[in-house]
Amino acid sequence: MQPNDRTSQLPDSQRVVMTAVGLTSPNGNDLASYRDALLQGKSGVRNYNIRYVGDTFAGVCEFEATKYQSKRDIRRGTRAGTVGIWAASEAVARSGLDWANVDKSRVGIYIGVTEHGNVETENEIYNIKGFDYDTTYWSHHHNPRTVANNPAGEIALNMGITGPHYTIGAACAAGNAGIIQGVQMLRLGECDLAIAGGVSESIHTFGIFASFKSQGALASHADPTKASRPFDVDRNGIVVSEGACIFLLERLSDAKARSANIIAEIVSYAINTDATDFVLPNPERQAQCVKMALDRGGLDPNQIDIVSTHATGTNSGDAQEVQALRAVFGECTKVNFNNTKSFIGHTMGAAGALELAGNLPSFQDGVCHATINVDNLDETCAIPGLVLNQPKELGRVDYILNNSFGMLGINSVLIVRRF
Amino acid sequence: MTPAEIRDEILDILSEIAPDEDLSGLDDAKSFREQMELDSMDFLDIVMELRKRHRVQIPEDEYGNLASMASTVAYLEPKMRDIVAA
Repeated sequence: MQPNDRTSQLPDSQRVVMTAVGLTSPNGNDLASYRDALLQGKSGVRNYNIRYVGDTFAGVCEFEATKYQSKRDIRRGTRAGTVGIWAASEAVARSGLDWANVDKSRVGIYIGVTEHGNVETENEIYNIKGFDYDTTYWSHHHNPRTVANNPAGEIALNMGITGPHYTIGAACAAGNAGIIQGVQMLRLGECDLAIAGGVSESIHTFGIFASFKSQGALASHADPTKASRPFDVDRNGIVVSEGACIFLLERLSDAKARSANIIAEIVSYAINTDATDFVLPNPERQAQCVKMALDRGGLDPNQIDIVSTHATGTNSGDAQEVQALRAVFGECTKVNFNNTKSFIGHTMGAAGALELAGNLPSFQDGVCHATINVDNLDETCAIPGLVLNQPKELGRVDYILNNSFGMLGINSVLIVRRF
Repeated sequence: MTPAEIRDEILDILSEIAPDEDLSGLDDAKSFREQMELDSMDFLDIVMELRKRHRVQIPEDEYGNLASMASTVAYLEPKMRDIVAA
């Protein structure tokens, strides 16, 4: 089938493709094992204890950090830096690039973060509490660890990249936003390779757990693997997780010139804003964002095979996203909806990128992974095409649409096509 | 603390600050920087750890005394002789 989206009509120098991915997730440290866990229904959520909050749940990543960092650099940096270095290094290692001879001044790093600096600030306050709050005991490492560009900057330091690097603060839409920034910079010619995606170190700040708990939005359940349950009637909140997912993005012309393996083409995106509430989503704006991405790509909703939903397992948020999806896809018979947070919890800044990554193998295997932990579907979340508890064979998959929304009403949508 | 105990304490701090280094062959007479990968932030870590562990205050203009193990122990001995080793 020839693609008939608007992007495919562009010159190759304006088309952007994904040529490698590196990741760490609570249920896998590379795309193959992560995908396998998603198809096997394997959760990455476990019991977790954090200062002041006590026993709770979290998605925790376990990977061999010293593969790419010295112990000294791990100690000096942040967890966001370490998960980012892992994912970026894994992506480059799988890219087929002769990295030693790549012009590092032409590599850009664009990393989405939900928040950054809370972990280190909490640690330092805890530390000086032991010294009667004498600030002369406050670490000189605090500033380089907490500047907002830290995760991207640590990747640059570790990999010797001298092109632009920065983070994109976009709440829980950040994973998509990092990728979108990479696409834009490639199209502008600001770089030749974009290391783009999102990271999360959020399980190491008690504040995020405490705040969700105070909001009545922190998940609880007898079984940690059942705690993250978007769309289920008994859902009761978010499981906080750490993770990272970073793509190597290139212009199609460059990828073709080096005969790169192309995972997918980014054919459209959109970001908009609710401007209605600090926390509560706005289904009308979400629907507008999805529609804008479809329209910009010259796509009809009927062309989308899989929608990776953002739903986090909160009472109102899940229903409101489905309300938005009904508004766009209500007449479609072909589209399928799934959710990755039901497996790994909410990986915050990494969520958009990780949730997209887990769906990309569908282009090869033709399977849509499920949304697990839906024992009783909430009618307010019901929508035809929701893939519940077991993966679904689709056959050919051409387009995947990835939702990622965040606080302060930021909405992001990314659409990718098989290549 | 005896000079030997102070030396052990500095080795313990160095092992924390520079966990990749093999400190078994450290030459006390040579500067740390000749033998290890240490930068100014690492030296500040040594100062901070001594302050945290033993309330030893090292003025900024005396940081130069921390160049080698021998000079560090000699500099710290009068400041730490009354501290009882843990």
